[in-house]
Amino acid sequence: MYEQIAFYLFSALTIGLFLITVMSKNVLYAMTSLAAGMVLISGFFFILGADFLGVVQLIVYVGAIMALYSFAMMFFDATKDIKEKNTNPALIFVLGGLSALALVLMFTAPIYNESIQALYPMHEGVGNAQDVGIVLFTKYLIPFEVAAVMLLVAMIAGIILAGKKMDQSLTEDKGADDEILTQKDAK
Amino acid sequence: MIGLTHYLVVSALIFSIGLMGVLRRRNLLMLFFATEVMLNAVNIAFAAISHYYNDLTGQMFAFFIIAIAASEVAVGLGILIVLYKKHGSLDLDDLASMKG
Repeated sequence: MYEQIAFYLFSALTIGLFLITVMSKNVLYAMTSLAAGMVLISGFFFILGADFLGVVQLIVYVGAIMALYSFAMMFFDATKDIKEKNTNPALIFVLGGLSALALVLMFTAPIYNESIQALYPMHEGVGNAQDVGIVLFTKYLIPFEVAAVMLLVAMIAGIILAGKKMDQSLTEDKGADDEILTQKDAK
Repeated sequence: MIGLTHYLVVSALIFSIGLMGVLRRRNLLMLFFATEVMLNAVNIAFAAISHYYNDLTGQMFAFFIIAIAASEVAVGLGILIVLYKKHGSLDLDDLASMKG
């Protein structure tokens, strides 16, 4: 009973918040609603018994990725509305609706294959985090290490891309910046 | 009773919202938001399948998707900052440099 209430509440709220993310003209509104939707998605994970995944979703998505976005927001001018030239909005809505319909039809089709077996079954009486840890560090050890190297590469790339010319301001006018720089050079 | 189909339908709807955002948006930052929405939708589907088939593989793939999303955001935001320094705007129409 509570599961049903939670499921319908979370799904309605998530869809609404993500619609705001996609439709909003203001970057701050879009980012805030995206963060709220991600918190609710971790709620889905907790309902589904994937506790560790829910915690990771909260820490990585809501914590790290949203913090990264809000840092990036400081570089761009986030207060003014975004003006976008939409060439053909009707076509986009039709395409989006059609793809939604096709996906829903695909997923509601019954699965006839009865021979689907669990490759790494969950164990009764063992916590989700323990189960995940055992599978992750035995069967998925190499992908785990590759993911670690990928994160390292991403970190270096982020530092190098964003770190160049960090002493210059992006949003203020160029004249003031040049003035500051010439003053610095004079010293 | 909530079944697997419920979760898959919600996931499909959220994925379509993200797809619509990718088609509709002209601002690169907003395109990134729409991509995050799509990745989250796929994560829901993986977690639901993992729960209803009693299999941990779905959760594993969801973890790797989260790792990929994190690195995508790190590199992507670096590229966005470089683009903003160079062009002063994140609009795709302003960034189009090739006339065709």
